Amino acid sequence: MTEETNVFKWVGKRVVRPDGHDKVTGRAKFGSDFALPGMLHGRVLRSPHAHARIRGIDASKALALPGVKAVVTSEDFPEQSAELAAAGEALVSYRDMTRNVMAREKALYDGHAVAAVAATSAEIAEAALELVEVDYEVLPHVIDVDLAMEDGAPVLDEELKPAGMDASGPTNIAKKVVFDLGDVGKGFEEAEVVLERSYTTAAVHQGYIEPHAAVASVSADGQAQIWCCTQGQFMVRAYTARLLGMDASAIRVTPSEIGGGFGGKTVVYLEPLATALSAKTGRPVKMTMSREEVFRASGPTSAGSMTYRIGATRDGRIVAFEGTVKLEAGAFPGSPVQPACMCAVAPYDIPNVRLTGYDVVVNRPKVAAYRAPGAPISAFGAESILDELAKEIGVDPLELRMRNAAKQGTKAAYGPTFRRIGYEETVRAAMDSEHMKAPLGPNQGRGVASGFWFNIGGESSATVNIVEDGTAVVVSGNPDIGGSRASLALMAAEELGIDYDKVRPIVADTASVGYNFLTGGSRVTFATGLAVVEAARDAVRQLCERAAKIWEVEPDGVVWRDGQAHPAGSNVGDFEPLSLADIAAGTPKTGGPICGHNAQNVQGAGPGFATHVCDVEVDPETGRVTVLRYTAVQDVGRAIHPSYVEGQIQGGAAQGIGWALNEEYIYNDKGQLENPGFLDYRIPVASDLPMIETMVVEVPNDRHPYGVRGVGEVPIVPPMAAVANAIENAVGVRMEHLPMSPPRVLAALDAARLPEAAE
Amino acid sequence: MAKHHVSTTINGEPVEYLCSTRQTLLDVLRDELNLTGSKEGCASGDCGACSVMLDGRLVCACLVMGAEAEGRAVETIEGMAEGDSLHPLQRIFLEDAALQCGICTPGFLVAAKALLDRNDNPTETEIRYWLAGNLCRCTGYDKIVRAVQRTAAEMRGEAR
Repeated sequence: MTEETNVFKWVGKRVVRPDGHDKVTGRAKFGSDFALPGMLHGRVLRSPHAHARIRGIDASKALALPGVKAVVTSEDFPEQSAELAAAGEALVSYRDMTRNVMAREKALYDGHAVAAVAATSAEIAEAALELVEVDYEVLPHVIDVDLAMEDGAPVLDEELKPAGMDASGPTNIAKKVVFDLGDVGKGFEEAEVVLERSYTTAAVHQGYIEPHAAVASVSADGQAQIWCCTQGQFMVRAYTARLLGMDASAIRVTPSEIGGGFGGKTVVYLEPLATALSAKTGRPVKMTMSREEVFRASGPTSAGSMTYRIGATRDGRIVAFEGTVKLEAGAFPGSPVQPACMCAVAPYDIPNVRLTGYDVVVNRPKVAAYRAPGAPISAFGAESILDELAKEIGVDPLELRMRNAAKQGTKAAYGPTFRRIGYEETVRAAMDSEHMKAPLGPNQGRGVASGFWFNIGGESSATVNIVEDGTAVVVSGNPDIGGSRASLALMAAEELGIDYDKVRPIVADTASVGYNFLTGGSRVTFATGLAVVEAARDAVRQLCERAAKIWEVEPDGVVWRDGQAHPAGSNVGDFEPLSLADIAAGTPKTGGPICGHNAQNVQGAGPGFATHVCDVEVDPETGRVTVLRYTAVQDVGRAIHPSYVEGQIQGGAAQGIGWALNEEYIYNDKGQLENPGFLDYRIPVASDLPMIETMVVEVPNDRHPYGVRGVGEVPIVPPMAAVANAIENAVGVRMEHLPMSPPRVLAALDAARLPEAAE
Repeated sequence: MAKHHVSTTINGEPVEYLCSTRQTLLDVLRDELNLTGSKEGCASGDCGACSVMLDGRLVCACLVMGAEAEGRAVETIEGMAEGDSLHPLQRIFLEDAALQCGICTPGFLVAAKALLDRNDNPTETEIRYWLAGNLCRCTGYDKIVRAVQRTAAEMRGEAR
């Protein structure tokens, strides 16, 4: 569907976002922009060791420093059960969470919090950190997933019992998962071509520009307020309440504007510390992370190591796929190895699949979600080996993907049978693109790759309040991380039949709207959007009832059209239409305020598929790879606000290019992070990238009134393999390790050149 | 430690403040003057979210000490619009969705204005290198670069 044929009045329009004006004038309040009178400043003391037993902490000298009001350590946080507990859709271990927020028996990574100080100024708090004496027993550490799985590796948690497998003794393996479809052994017997390859990826950080920040204020009666930048105010409430032994309803969390998250703000770091310090001092406490702390102590995504075997017939039919995926979880279990396995080959209809995954703890910060968690890692390998297969059998790589494409009715290896999906459409659009026809020069190459992400629904609540002057306020509870308020307001305007600029969407605090699962899983426009649509329909139902009352007819004799109540037919009577404003003005006489409401656990998220095309040029002298042209094709279901849909696709592709070419955590031999800053952890800058062309395919999701599929995550899945495949086509070297930084590419080029030089 | 008394001009208004020796201009703007439109993304001059103009020169406020503003003229994002009237860059960033989360936006706007003030017809490459000191993690820069291009064209009087 193009915009020209759009049957909607508002859905699909490129309107100015409701929060935009404040964001271009500097007025928007982000996490660290909030302050309270009498506020103290909190700072965190962090372990300089990758692995150390904490024998004791003496804070007496710090507490004696004038201006220091309180110090908290793990002793201020109650012990938690190791049982996994439901937190929204997620399962969490509060035993691990309290240890990640504040180290208990051991510091498990460089940057692990061991104490926090509140003082009258940030300068005093920082000075106090140097006076806190921690008695460490430094232990051997391990930061590599393959080494951590070896016998004799340093063990992080002697009590760790792996799930899904037996272990004879202490281990760093937290979990083993297996996904099986068909009979892989039989599949490989049928295969005429079999390839086996191994790949690794580096740990990368979400790299949001806004560091974590929180202000907490606990009153003497135990009621608390928290203002923070988060992807989920209800998550902050639940976790903080549990970690401090408080009633969740006694905590009111107000989300600020959020300066990027990409999954990294779906957990708590500072909020429980600031709350504990505020409770201890009786004053509000503000805490912000420095950029160095963000890198050392907030969640990156896993480094990965994988081995794949693929089997196909000579005519390009993939008959078997087998693999092992090992992901680093960081200091506590919980890498995204499960989704990594589930997504690896989800774009393909392969009859025999077996994927085994391992979740492995290492002495690095506990991983957090990062945009399609796990999928970009496993897809890097899968889409690379697919490309090698295409070369081996002499089939065009897009044609190979088309021949094996998953479609409606395909049974995915991870369980479900797909409803209507748009994967084939993305491959077709890529094949037909101008980009695929463009010529290439020397040392230039073109690569393609595809990707899959589930997208999620989940619990959402929304209220649509009809205002007396004929406008409306949409109240929902998901922090707006990239334009979701505009999407929600567009759908509400469409339903109510009033202008978009008469709808004001608000992201409410935890006390002002029903529960909303956090902003993540590409769920907000889909799931909270559905709740908003249903809430608007509830308001429309009430508006029709009021019109019926005014006309003295039955409610079903009234229909809502173009923002007005009309008689359903000539038999109802001859009445002038009543506008929303007419009815809103008279609510005191017709039954009181009109508040549409909806709360549900939304099901039916439509899976997202993408196919990317990338041109690179490789400098044979330096190994530097330049992305010359990039096209991202994606099935978005329906674009509610096309500009922000394109923006999500472009941003995801850019993050993927950074993951492909530059980004990695560099540790020294003591396990200390050596590049905790944007100078040395290099995310793409404007001069690194070309324009990111987007091609939006719309195969509506039949489980949403406007056909919405989540769009934010799948665009980060294909880029790494698209770049690797392009490099191979440019200079003939196959890059199997990320990032494909100049030294690595140069080494690969040199290795390929050596035999030639010897001839 | 005694604080420094600083007399400066911010967005055309005379301003006096006290700051410690350690406070950067960014600390002063945000913590002493409540001008929180300039953002701290790194405090090391790598991200550009605190971009301001100092005597007409584009700088990172986190790399200028508060005491250094004595007798100088500082322009921040808060001074970019004239009353209700947005600068064309601000308006076109909104119209063309050149922001997602918006944390980097003030820095990009200040930096882009500095570019257009000296070059009314920059090429795409010139825009990309001029803005290479401003990090954005959401947009992939595409819509930002296009918004600067369109603003330049509009300010030159070319039809959109």
